[in-house]
Formats: sequence, C-alpha cells, structure tokens
Amino acid sequence: MLARFFRKLGAPVVTFIWRLGFAARFLSAILMNSGASLFRFQLTMRELYFSGVLSLLIIMVSGFFVGLVLGLQGYETLQRYGSSEALGILVALTLTRELGPVVAALLFASRAGSAVTAEIGLMKTTEQLKAMDMMAVNPIARVVAPRFWGGVLSMPLLAGLFTAMGILGAWVIGVKIIGVDDGAFWSQMQAAVDFRYDLVNGFIKSVVFGVAVSLIAVFEGYDTEPTAEGLSRAITRTVVVSALAILALDFVLTSFMFRGKA
Amino acid sequence: METTLSAEPLVEMRDLAFAYDRKRPILSGINLTIPKGKLVAIMGGSGSGKTTLLRLIGGQLRATSGEVKVAGNSLTTMSRADLYKMRRSMGMLFQFGALFTDLTVFENVAFPMREHTDLPESAIRDLVLLKLNAVGLRGAANLMPSELSGGMARRVALARAVALDPMLMMYDEPFTGLDPISLGVIGSLIRSLTDALGATSIMVTHDIVESLQIVDHIYFLSEGKIVAEGSPDEIRASADPFVHQFVHAQADGPVRFHMKAKPFAEELGLGVSI
Repeated sequence: MLARFFRKLGAPVVTFIWRLGFAARFLSAILMNSGASLFRFQLTMRELYFSGVLSLLIIMVSGFFVGLVLGLQGYETLQRYGSSEALGILVALTLTRELGPVVAALLFASRAGSAVTAEIGLMKTTEQLKAMDMMAVNPIARVVAPRFWGGVLSMPLLAGLFTAMGILGAWVIGVKIIGVDDGAFWSQMQAAVDFRYDLVNGFIKSVVFGVAVSLIAVFEGYDTEPTAEGLSRAITRTVVVSALAILALDFVLTSFMFRGKA
Repeated sequence: METTLSAEPLVEMRDLAFAYDRKRPILSGINLTIPKGKLVAIMGGSGSGKTTLLRLIGGQLRATSGEVKVAGNSLTTMSRADLYKMRRSMGMLFQFGALFTDLTVFENVAFPMREHTDLPESAIRDLVLLKLNAVGLRGAANLMPSELSGGMARRVALARAVALDPMLMMYDEPFTGLDPISLGVIGSLIRSLTDALGATSIMVTHDIVESLQIVDHIYFLSEGKIVAEGSPDEIRASADPFVHQFVHAQADGPVRFHMKAKPFAEELGLGVSI
C-alpha cells in the first residue's frame, strides 16, 4: 500500500526530471545544429513569417483592447487621487515591464507555439522526419532549429508591437474619449519611462519568454507519441507548460530586475 | 541459415541480434547476404521483425550484438557523420510515402538534390522531371501531396527515393493499401528502377503474390529468425510448412491462429478442459 503510494508519487517526478534533462539535451542539440538556420537564413525567415507575421493580427488587436481596458481602469483609479494626468506613466510602465512581454508571450504560445508543435508532431507521425533522416538530412538542423530561431526572433518584435498598440489603446480611451490632457499623457510618459531600466528589461523578458516558448513548442512536437491522441496531448502540453513557464519566469526575472532604482 | 546467392555482397548480416530491452528480443541469430544488383524480399507476418531488419540496414537502429555491413562498411560502429555519408547512396520508400506535406511534388523530388548537391536550378529541374517521368507523374509536378491518391503518393516518394541514383534501395511495405492497378504499377516500377539504376533493392512486404513475380530471392522471417529462403520458384515449390502456410494464406499452421492463452474452459470458470 505504502509502496504503491510512493510509486504513484515518484513516477511523475522521475518522468518530469527525465523530460527536463531530455529538453536540456535537446536545446544543446538545437544550438549545435543551428548552422543551417543562420547560413541558410531563408529557412528561418519562413518560420519568422509563420510564427511572427501570422501572429500579428491577434497580437495587435489584443494589445489594443488591453490598452483600452488599462486606460479605463487606470483613469478610474488615478482620478480618485487627482492624478489622472499620470495615466500615460501607468500605462507605459505596466505595458513595457509586465503586460507587453507576458501577455504577448501567452498569446504567442497559444497561436504560434501550438502550431509549431502540431506541425512537427504531424511530421513525426507521418514519418516525414524519419524520411528526412534517411536522406542524410538532420531533422533537428532542417526542421527544428529554424522554427526555434523563428520563434525566438518573433517574440520581442511581437511584444514591442503589443506594447505600442496597448499605449495607443490607452491614449484613445484616455485622451480622445475621456479627455485627459494630451501633452501631460505623453510628456509624463517620456519623463518617467527609463530606456535601460524599463525598456531593456522588458525586452530581455520577451527574449527569455521567446526562448522558453519556442523550446517547449519544438520539444513537445519532436517528442510527440506518433498517434492522434499523442499529438493532441502534445499540443495541450505546449500551451499549458508554456503558460506556467512564462508566469514562473516572469516572477524570477521581475525579482532580479526591478528592485527599485538607486 | 545462410543465403545461397553467389554474387558480390552489398549487405551482410552476421549473428545479428536486436532487442529494445532484455525481455523483448526482436531479432536473433540473423545471417544473411544480399548481393549487388538483386531485388530481395524479406517476408513474414506482422510483428516478425521485418521492418526492424530494414531499419538496422538503414542505420536507424543499432544491433544489440553481431554485425551489419553495407558496401563493406560496418554500421555497428559507424559515427553519425559517416552514417549520413553512407545514406547519401541509399534510398528508402516508406510505407505511406512520407512526402513533405508543405512542399509540392516537384519540390519533394528536388529536396535531396538541393540538400546534397550544388547543381544549378536548370539541371535540378531537368532531373526532377526525368525522375517524375520515370514514375509516370511528370504531369503532377505542381500538385501538393494532399492532392494525390495513395498510389500516386507512393510513386512520387519512389521518384524522390531514387533522386540521387542510390546504390541501395529499401522499400518498407510498398504495396500496403493500394488498389490492384496501383499495386501492379508500383511492383513493376520497383523492378524496372532496380534494373535501370543497377541498384540493390531490399523490399519488406507480406504481399506474396506480387513479390513472387518481381523479386530474385526471398527470406522468410518468423519470431525474429530467418526460417526459410529461396528463389520465387523454390518458394512456390517449397514443402516447408511455414512457407506453405504463408504462400497459401492459411489461417492456421506453424503460425497459430490462436494466441497463447489459458484453456478457454478455465477462462470461463467451467472447471473442465475442452
């Protein structure tokens, strides 16, 4: 009875550690086989298009709506303390430091991450990866690495666009509709947002999330059990594990990055 | 069991054994020789180890013990880089074609040429059209794999497999799921391409009727061992019970219809043996 309890408890832990180790080895294999992605850059450009350009619509529309909500909520709170002119600062800092990288990464994982897992998983299920391997073409170099780098390069660009659209949304609702002073909105934002402390840290976050989501997506696709059920499980895992990884990494990064300026 | 084929060997297996783990031996005591320029079939029931044997020859799996040699090179100890060099002169037709679904028929056939040669675009175009013409699908060059029937997809995959004129061709269940016309077309293409390229071909299949018409030699596998071999005529005339059961598609024989199990009466709790 007790042995069975420990077995049930231990098996998922052992599996988790095994998969973590496998993912680390997989990342090193991607890095070692990234030559084709860099020297035949059109392979990576194609993935940049599929992961990045095709995610533009959802990212920009979501960013705009998040900005609208942030503008409304921010104004509602700030006007209680008579500082509604600080709306620009609140929106800009919230978006550059947190919401931009985090929400863009969550959307990216759902839109592009799941698509990458499905594509690689289906290639495995239909023996396309084996066929490539038998043609003396390394699937990690030809299929996995370009998709990984396409995701890593897309993520900061998408986070930047999300943030820009969010600020636009907040400006529309705050300045154009509610009537916050236009000059105060932009000038206070310009004065308060620090390039290195806020923008660079936000950029670093989006790069880290890009690496995490892209790695999870290609790993889950490559490690798919080659059945319909296995593929569906892999896609679900990509979205769930990516979301958890993004939120956990965000906490770690925030605790190191934002400790108050000296 | 040792082959009786006499020409210079391209593939040799000596005392080969393979297992995924100690409890599940897949192949054992395999000794076979596949001569250059011959079309050889490896036959046997489902789960007999045929595809595993093919994967060992292609270097996708490594033998647990014994040796696999292709063109005199031992695959057992070969590095991945050397294996990839070797695979440039191998072609493999997968059971369902395994065409790249995001590429057109033309690009699928051009894929190995683009990856492994520096040929100019005009030469690649001519070669691809030549290969597609050989399988009768030059007119399908601009179609996507999703627009092809099963038989057409298999023919395109065949054109892709022979794109670099391999010395060794491997076919994994090439006849599965094909209508009689497509089956005949694929069978004659396998034979004619083997002869035209001067290649050596190994075909894993359980389609006895088609195989007896096109191959030079047949090996029978059962439970991971070679249990019979011979030319098509020898196989047709064989009195070996296993070969007889296989050739005449009999439900029961050395390969039992019923899987090993407890007596049925005991299973039903009747307490008597029937």
